[in-house]
Amino acid sequence: MKAKSAAAPYAVWMTIFIVVPMVLVVIFAFTDKSGSFTLKNIAEVGQYSNVFLRSIWLGAVATAISLLLGYPLAQIISHISPRRQSVMIMLVMLPMWMNFLLRTYAWMTLLEDNGIINNLLASFGLGRLHLINTQGAVVLGMVYNYIPYMILPIYSVLTKIDSSVVEAAQDLGANRVQVFSKVIFPMSMPGVISGITMVFVPAVSTFIISKMLGGGANLMIGDLIDMQFLGSAYNPNLGSAISLVLMVLILICMGIMHQFDDGENSGGGIMV
Amino acid sequence: MKAISKIYAVLIFLFLYAPIVVLIVFSFNDSTTMSRSVWSGFSIKWYLKLFQDGMLLSALRNTLVIAAVAALVSTVLGTAAAIGIGGMNKLMKRMVMDVTNLPMVNPEIVTGVSLMLLFVFVAKSMGNLTLGMFSLILAHITFCLPYVILSVLPKLRQMDPHLYEAAQDLGCSPIFAFFKVVLPEIMPGVVTGMIMAFTLSIDDFVISYFTSGTTQTLPIFIYSMTRKRISPEINALSTLLFGTIIVLLLIINFRQAKDQKAEEKAEEA
Repeated sequence: MKAKSAAAPYAVWMTIFIVVPMVLVVIFAFTDKSGSFTLKNIAEVGQYSNVFLRSIWLGAVATAISLLLGYPLAQIISHISPRRQSVMIMLVMLPMWMNFLLRTYAWMTLLEDNGIINNLLASFGLGRLHLINTQGAVVLGMVYNYIPYMILPIYSVLTKIDSSVVEAAQDLGANRVQVFSKVIFPMSMPGVISGITMVFVPAVSTFIISKMLGGGANLMIGDLIDMQFLGSAYNPNLGSAISLVLMVLILICMGIMHQFDDGENSGGGIMV
Repeated sequence: MKAISKIYAVLIFLFLYAPIVVLIVFSFNDSTTMSRSVWSGFSIKWYLKLFQDGMLLSALRNTLVIAAVAALVSTVLGTAAAIGIGGMNKLMKRMVMDVTNLPMVNPEIVTGVSLMLLFVFVAKSMGNLTLGMFSLILAHITFCLPYVILSVLPKLRQMDPHLYEAAQDLGCSPIFAFFKVVLPEIMPGVVTGMIMAFTLSIDDFVISYFTSGTTQTLPIFIYSMTRKRISPEINALSTLLFGTIIVLLLIINFRQAKDQKAEEKAEEA
């Protein structure tokens, strides 16, 4: 089929709506309000290094918890009968069909000072806890919203592992811990890597979860960008600079992750 | 399954579903105060209130119009693009796929603000235009396109390229051969892409938030509800949406099971 021209409308579309907007972000990041070149915006991003550090920290913690909680579930699901597997996977995906604003709102009603968890505690005669507007609540919201993105890719890699490889390791005398650490985990690495990326990127750049569950005190990068474009601090030049730094940061993180992926894969290859 | 595995799975699913159950239960709460978490009897008054909310109904209408247009346009453009990409040489293919992947790896908020910059820039230079339905539709088509392409491309790869040539040898014009031979082959991918585009569009908040101006879609309306009013109306709305989704999924599953049974029967015969 010589149909290259069929992609022409798409190429034009993506140039206008993906490439040009990205170029605009770069231009805005390096100009001031009058449109002349400046490095002031990028320099100003440095003032918010605490916000950047907090976002990366909270995103990393949420990603780690999702991995620790999600991996065992993916493994459990991959070991049951195929019919029950598809039901369980459906159950993992079902909450994602509910808009994430509503899911986060549900946690607001649970965690509030007069919320359901605190009312339960009080009815048992226990003291009330301050749960909402803390960093813990933000991490909880991230894990809750993004854990399916961790479970699904790991599950799909685990079901593809040839069970005879596992049996071979057992025959050769590996105990359960060794089978997991030397065979199953290395072989599931591609799923782990895509799970980590799919949780970390939205977690680091969120602005809704931190706004709804973190109160005003736990500002994240997303909140900063939101404030520059639609908030009180209106300054699209600074907002573009922050977006640019966020993009570069995520690219670096993903670069590091994929480096790790390649290393592990070749290791797994030698071993098998 | 061993007992520990069972308990673990139950705990994780409890974590995933407890908030949703609470949300649904409290949508039937007959509270006179604005409290979200004290039970005071069964009532459907929040559902009735919901249907009297003109803002909500217009937001729902906007969402459906945008999703329908975005799904349709992105499916046509994306299917054509997938076919074009199939005929490209390696270098060009890589370049196009890199741009295609960009909105998928980029944080949504960056895609959102970059589109906002474009729309504001164009609107300003064209005079007194404002962001609204039109900019929303353009933005939604843009973020749906990669998903359509990525669901059509594998189907194209599975297809025997000689089929298309054979149809032409037998006297089909290229256009006719496409509709008679290629399209039926890749149809499952096209339909999947369209459904994905439609659901992604309905569910999108972040990109819509930055490109909507003052127009409201359902997610934006929900957002403003959670910001300003503390009302069990949101619970009622979530329950309705969740119920609709479950019914849709059940119908799809039921139809698939029926198809499978029919296939099995055909095989037996």
